[in-house]
Amino acid sequence: MKYTQGKYLVIEKKAIAKDIFSMKINCPEIAENAQPGQFVHVLPTGFTLRRPISICDIDKEKGTIRIVFIVKGEGTKEISALNEGNVIDMLAPLGHGFTINEDFKKVILVGGGIGTPPMLPLAKIYKEKSTVISGFRSADAVILQDDFKNTGAETILCTDDGTMGIKGFVTQPLEEILKSEKIDAVYSCGPMAMLKNIAAVCDKYNTFCEVSLEERMGCGIGACLVCACKTNVNGEEHFAHVCKNGPVFNSKEVVWNG
Amino acid sequence: MADLSVNIAGVEFKNPVIPASGVFGYGREYEELFSLSRLGGIATKGTTITKRNGNPAPRIAETPSGMLNSVGLQNPGIDKFLETELPNLMKKDTVILANIAGSTAEECVEIAKKLDQTDVHMIELNISCPNVKQGGMAFGASCDGAASITKQVRKATKKPLIVKLSPNVTSIAEIAKSVEAEGADALSLINTVLGMRIDINTKRPILKNNMGGLSGPAILPIAVRMVWQTANAVNIPIIGMGGISKAEEAVEIMMAGASAVQVGAAIFTDPYAPVKIIDGINDYLDRNNISSVRDIIGTVEPW
Repeated sequence: MKYTQGKYLVIEKKAIAKDIFSMKINCPEIAENAQPGQFVHVLPTGFTLRRPISICDIDKEKGTIRIVFIVKGEGTKEISALNEGNVIDMLAPLGHGFTINEDFKKVILVGGGIGTPPMLPLAKIYKEKSTVISGFRSADAVILQDDFKNTGAETILCTDDGTMGIKGFVTQPLEEILKSEKIDAVYSCGPMAMLKNIAAVCDKYNTFCEVSLEERMGCGIGACLVCACKTNVNGEEHFAHVCKNGPVFNSKEVVWNG
Repeated sequence: MADLSVNIAGVEFKNPVIPASGVFGYGREYEELFSLSRLGGIATKGTTITKRNGNPAPRIAETPSGMLNSVGLQNPGIDKFLETELPNLMKKDTVILANIAGSTAEECVEIAKKLDQTDVHMIELNISCPNVKQGGMAFGASCDGAASITKQVRKATKKPLIVKLSPNVTSIAEIAKSVEAEGADALSLINTVLGMRIDINTKRPILKNNMGGLSGPAILPIAVRMVWQTANAVNIPIIGMGGISKAEEAVEIMMAGASAVQVGAAIFTDPYAPVKIIDGINDYLDRNNISSVRDIIGTVEPW
């Protein structure tokens, strides 16, 4: 793992939905090392703790990354106040990302709400071989659909209230696909309840599944042991750490009621 | 370039800055960013006799000018520490303080005996962890408790023994005196201040453990006060900590009476904080024509 900390130039900032912002950042050494599924640890000015934000796009040639995040509290509100021309303090790239396998012929990417952004780097790798299922609360929370379409991926959109796309949860279209064809991998990020259901569906169809988890973090690099999540490896339960062992875990390792 | 070296209980430190126990693991993750040999020392993650899983998450919360944590001493146990971490740390050309955090006096004694057989430079006995049900802060909350555990661990090792004190007491100076009387070679203070935060939308405490230890800039004045009170009460050296995030604050706590400092929460804000503080202390000394950092220890002139 190779990471650096510094202040990097924000070169583009957009509001893309209610309370959701997209930022493109010029950071060649971070872009060079970043992998799909990794995150950046951002310090909001004046705060003690950094905020982990998943990487939504990596452009190694241009030396940029893109992050998409939701304003959840005071810290993310402060980060959202940054504009083009400001600098952002990041420790990155961090964490263990998704397993990429060029031999995979068909994969499904499932994003729920603000868990959708880390699916984009995967769609850019798997392109036409991927189906992206995105789920949102309502039409006004829908993000990144054009970005996914531009990769060549097939897209399926769900909203809880039916205001856009299919009314219902992402697990319904997921199960329909798993039932009818062979899928090499399911990758997912979103709320815990959604991930738990996706893990169960993948178990049922015996499909390889990786999930990206979220937890309140301290150092972000595996030293402070704050972001614990219960995992089961070789029959033994223990606390792994989302920042270093994750954020991406094999769904079979996660103890869902931990 | 000023002389930054200090001596604590016979152990020579190249500079007075030590990442505090718990924030720095065993150094591996920070070595990616800077050479550990730049540090005065490293206080290792608190060790128990067997593997400990710690508390459920969330274990951390932002607070005004600080943070709460409730890790609960997650660690792989002393044998694993001795086998996989200590040999690596001993090669880093910095002073290693092995932090002991047993839940009973017997457990602390057993760990101290094991450490006594190693090359580790110093032992830091944690009698002040606020996040465990047994041991921890309970040891350090009374003079008798603090004295008793210090006495037992003292007998178990010839290594220089630092006792880490809790601020969650009526008189830290009295606790310090009782620990000194039982043979502690040095003191480190303060551990975190017991605190709590509640999410007003869910009515649930943010930490799954309900309460946790407060650290960060918010507690700096408490640390300065307690180091000063303790320095006036004992004759053994003090390693000061609590909310230090810049060199000026390290100087302040040394003026209050500390011979060295530990840096904790500031490392989360800026992973380079310890090395920036070292450089900043040197700049302060040069600017004020002070040749040695030892010349500022305890120099506060109270009204």
